[in-house]
Amino acid sequence: MQPYEMTANQLKQAIKTRELSCVDVVNSFIDRICGADKHINAYLTTCFEAAMNNAKMHDDITVKGEDMNNYLAGIPYSLKDNIITKDIKTTASSKILENFVPPYSAHVYENLTSSGAILLGKVDMDEFAMGSTCENSSFGTVKNPYDLSRVPGGSSGGSAAAVAAGMCAFSIGSDTGGSVRNPASYCNLTALKPTYGTVSRYGLIAYASSLDQIGPVCRDIEDVALVMNVISGKDERDSTSTASPHKDYTSYLTEDIKGMKIGIDMNLIETGLDKEVRRIYLETINKFKELGCEIVDLSFDMQKYAVPVYYLVACSEASSNLARFDGIRYGTRHTAPTVEETIRLSRTNGFGKEVKNRIMLGTYALSAGYYDKYYSQALKVRRLISEDYNNALSECDLYLCPTNPDPAYKIGEKNDDPMSLYLADIFTVTANLTGTPAASFPAGFTSDGLPVGMQLSAMSQREDLIIKAIYSFQKNTSYHTVRPEI
Amino acid sequence: MSYIEYDMVIGLEIHCELATKSKIFCSCPTTFGAQENENVCPVCLGLPGTLPVLNRSVVDYAVRVGLALNCEISNYSKMDRKNYFYPDLPKAYQISQYEKPICENGYLDIELEDGSTKRIGITRIHIEEDAGKLTHAYKSTFIDNNRCGVPLIEIVTEPDMRSAYEAEAFARKVRSIIQATGSSDCRMQEGSIRFDVNLSIMPKGSEVFGTRTEMKNLNSFRSLVRAVGYESRRQEDVLLDGGEVIQETRRWDDSKGMSVSMRSKEDAHDYRYFPDPDLVPIVLTDEYIAHMRDTLPELPDAKLRRYTEKLKLSAFESRQLTSESEITEFFEEAIRHADAKSVANFIIVDIFALLKTDEEDFSNLKITPLQLAELINLVRDSVISISASKKVLSEMYRTGEDAKTVVDKLGLMQVSDASAIETIVRKVISDNPKSVEDYKGGKTQAMGYLVGQVMRASKGKANPKIVNELVNRVLNE
Repeated sequence: MQPYEMTANQLKQAIKTRELSCVDVVNSFIDRICGADKHINAYLTTCFEAAMNNAKMHDDITVKGEDMNNYLAGIPYSLKDNIITKDIKTTASSKILENFVPPYSAHVYENLTSSGAILLGKVDMDEFAMGSTCENSSFGTVKNPYDLSRVPGGSSGGSAAAVAAGMCAFSIGSDTGGSVRNPASYCNLTALKPTYGTVSRYGLIAYASSLDQIGPVCRDIEDVALVMNVISGKDERDSTSTASPHKDYTSYLTEDIKGMKIGIDMNLIETGLDKEVRRIYLETINKFKELGCEIVDLSFDMQKYAVPVYYLVACSEASSNLARFDGIRYGTRHTAPTVEETIRLSRTNGFGKEVKNRIMLGTYALSAGYYDKYYSQALKVRRLISEDYNNALSECDLYLCPTNPDPAYKIGEKNDDPMSLYLADIFTVTANLTGTPAASFPAGFTSDGLPVGMQLSAMSQREDLIIKAIYSFQKNTSYHTVRPEI
Repeated sequence: MSYIEYDMVIGLEIHCELATKSKIFCSCPTTFGAQENENVCPVCLGLPGTLPVLNRSVVDYAVRVGLALNCEISNYSKMDRKNYFYPDLPKAYQISQYEKPICENGYLDIELEDGSTKRIGITRIHIEEDAGKLTHAYKSTFIDNNRCGVPLIEIVTEPDMRSAYEAEAFARKVRSIIQATGSSDCRMQEGSIRFDVNLSIMPKGSEVFGTRTEMKNLNSFRSLVRAVGYESRRQEDVLLDGGEVIQETRRWDDSKGMSVSMRSKEDAHDYRYFPDPDLVPIVLTDEYIAHMRDTLPELPDAKLRRYTEKLKLSAFESRQLTSESEITEFFEEAIRHADAKSVANFIIVDIFALLKTDEEDFSNLKITPLQLAELINLVRDSVISISASKKVLSEMYRTGEDAKTVVDKLGLMQVSDASAIETIVRKVISDNPKSVEDYKGGKTQAMGYLVGQVMRASKGKANPKIVNELVNRVLNE
């Protein structure tokens, strides 16, 4: 097996036993990127020279036997391009930030660097994380490694495509309405959206601050646990970050799920699901039964409001978060006689269509006279959704549903039907509105060989239950070990 | 032509920079006078990905001002975003408080010209961040972001004031109270306190308010008074001409002595306020609020009472000494070492006169409270005479030297050594046999002449009391 085909845990073990040097590992991944990314198009910026220097440094440290607390020493990873990296271009896949080289670093990047993980580069995404196909990037289209004619999902599509294609061992994405889970599902990966506040948002370019949460995109749940140990924890620079009760996520990697209660929603089987997704959902339910879980029927009355509430809250916050990109400080300035006109022109030229749609929607929802009808109302319904979710979850440990109603779409397939794309967020947005943890994991393939992911979600701070259940599932299935042919 | 008399209705919005060491949402220093764009970091520059973290001292200071202005302190308040595009606002929104401010429903009693008091309602006090500073030059605009994120409180009053005098009295008193709480130095010339005036007029006796205008950016009491005068006359002129006052925002131009229209109600911004999702609500416990109340420093009104009742100063003296925190602090420090009545007298009569001549602020005074106390004690101990002390003070004022140094330098030390004085007395008496004869012949005023001669011979330094005693004794030997 080539290093680029290994999981982060396998690499960690091989580096620890000196079976592989960090330089060997990084070289293998760089070669892979050079070979495969021309087909996939995941990387926006690479930093191979710095990566090689870091690898050499870590090899030296390993040889000297110095303990540098290098928990992820030599393990190559990528960052979604909305995570701020000092001296490395950070664009959020937007033309308006085309040349933005930040003077500081995000909390996650600092933590990963000090853990010894090696950054290979920044990967593509939907512009400002708005989208679920990665087609809204200003810098080209990312391809799904399982079928190059299809989308990798989004908005962390570059992250998922890069991990699936062996172009990094893991990637860090962000999830505002499903943005790590959706592409993980399309690319046969395991991704966790942690409880809101678990990972500091300091240095994450905000889309919707009350929903945004950083999460790992990995090959399996063991890697997710490994990476969570490094990126989680309270950060004084993010007022909304919290001290989580989890000291060591890898301690939940046990097959101890007998008697665990898993809630399912049989109404879902009847409506709107792709036939193959439905089949795989039923198979997954059966698998958990086999593993000794108790299956409980649930229903969420408020779930039908989740998508409209999500788009009102997310777009309102986005309209304010993105106002600073005015062409005066960032992006290409389109000079006009007045300040107002300069700002208008720069923003018209700098933002893509979807971003403009959402800014306009959010501006409208916050406007005098409409605030009470839309934004304020959305906040009220958001609280009701939370209550509803917590009530339902009080009867079981976990809630199981498909991550997406369909497998990966063809590139361009949904161009004329944005509404159906919005509605496809139905299963993922609830976790963001409620701030609760949810993970997507590989659960099967369609007859065409397209991966399909399922989602497990829990009450706030109960990542332990999710990790245990997915670990048990992966110990007893092999979907997550399948790799695409490239 | 008929003449209509109008009443004016005034409400104030007072912005005041808080005295925190660091900014409201980051750890940049707030020092005034730094190099342009020196006190900045990714957070206050609003770089993508940065997040605000509320400075705890901002809450402490705001709560102190709220308590001093008799407000209710909210157990639960939150920060909101006020969205608008302007180049001095890096995030394109200002973090402020809209729906739930930290203090509400306060009041302040002011003294009117006739000596009666009037209660002015305070609607709310909220905390917010300041914006940057724009300079237009060389056909360009330059942005200095040092002020971005400097913490402010905004005090909003009810429309309770009816004259420029009341507005000024209120503004002055608010300033002295804020200073007393230690929440802000309120330096006018550095713009650390600024006033916006909401003003309307209505026919005398009416209870229906007219259309109001808002005047922005008044940064001295003088411009506040002038702006109120100008704007009320302007509105009167408009109404007397049969026109209508337009609801608008006006900018006061102090150099031209007039206000100019900035924007009308139609052009008013829709700020799209909403709760800032990057910040958590401010939750204050009753224990915290009680603690802040208990540790509030003595406020000007209480000081005034103490000065008149305990220190036996006059009402005029007490008011003078509590009018500005620098004066109060100076006074309080000086009376730890010297008699209060004398200190008050020296400050109000002599120091104020010296400052007035130079048009200087009290804050630039070179004399320290301890130095003044030493000077007073030299008079008390008869080391120098009262009249010499005035000369000493003006030299101290000029140089900042200690009283003793100046006394030595100018040779003003009073001679109290009886034997030294006696020598002079005997010489004067032996040199003036005619006067001695006159005295002995019953002309007692001759003694005054002899005392004067002794004082002249000692160049005014002899202690007059001792001179009197000695002349009397020697003449009667």
